[in-house]
Amino acid sequence: MEPEAAKLIGAGIAAVAMAGAGVGIGNIFGSYLQGALRNPAAADSQRTNLFIGFALAEATGLFGLLISFILLFGV
Amino acid sequence: MASTTSQGSEGGLALDPMHQFEISRIIPIKFGGIDASFTNSSLWMVLTVVAVSALLLLGTKRIVPSRLQSVGEMIYEFISNMVRDTMGDEGRKFFPFILTLFCFILGANMLGLFALPVLLHPFTVTSHIIVTFALAGLVWVGATVFGFYKHGLGYLKLFAPSGTPPVMLPLLVPIEIISYLSRPVSLSVRLFANMMAGHTMLKVFATFVVALGWAGVIPLAVMVGFTGLEVLIAFLQAFVFAILSCMYINDALHPSH
Repeated sequence: MEPEAAKLIGAGIAAVAMAGAGVGIGNIFGSYLQGALRNPAAADSQRTNLFIGFALAEATGLFGLLISFILLFGV
Repeated sequence: MASTTSQGSEGGLALDPMHQFEISRIIPIKFGGIDASFTNSSLWMVLTVVAVSALLLLGTKRIVPSRLQSVGEMIYEFISNMVRDTMGDEGRKFFPFILTLFCFILGANMLGLFALPVLLHPFTVTSHIIVTFALAGLVWVGATVFGFYKHGLGYLKLFAPSGTPPVMLPLLVPIEIISYLSRPVSLSVRLFANMMAGHTMLKVFATFVVALGWAGVIPLAVMVGFTGLEVLIAFLQAFVFAILSCMYINDALHPSH
């Protein structure tokens, strides 16, 4: 296989990691809304935790995206 | 909007969404063997500091705030509440640092979106990993040094959460250490990848607007929506960076969690 083609295919495969981030972020916000609708009084106090969870879930997917950036432009 | 004009300045419809991230020297400075040139990245950093300072300093004299002043007061109050919620009263002395960090990142993210298309080529400072890694490294090294200064070797209790069964410790301590070491990486990569991916996406879609001619009105409408989304992401990422910095400094303040 051409090295250039392998690089592009590898970058594409690495970007699949964002699917996991999508599932995680959706799960976090979905669960937050569910909890917030059941107990709106407690919703405000948990907003900080919501964004921390969002950031952590997103970071794992972004590591995969970073690999594809490195493959495309760094190597 | 900025991306369409930069597309035009390249001429033609060549899809080169990475052109916007190029660094060019404005004033070349050689400092020994080190290239310390004043680049377009430095220029946008200076512009960010000027814009943020102007927002927070101008017109803060009135008792009944003007519109500009109330924006500045909202930012101050927002960060003030966040610092109090995450770090408690002990964390008050870190408030200026967190406010500066938040304002700088927010300003850099926003100015990358609302550039002056004719005068200056738009450039986002935070879309380069070296900038975000320097910011995240500053927070991480600062929090670690402060933790050891305040608690001495007691800071190492951070790696062994209280209430852990001793059998679990050989498994848990390496995990905690790895998670601690990956903090600056995840903090910087999150901001960098969000900014870079977002701006590349805007530019790729902007190419469709030009390529479709009159039918490009439809993707243009979508572009407006996406620009709004990017504004939201610019704010959210600055907020997430600030709140995670608060969490890390909070770990240095109270290591036994």
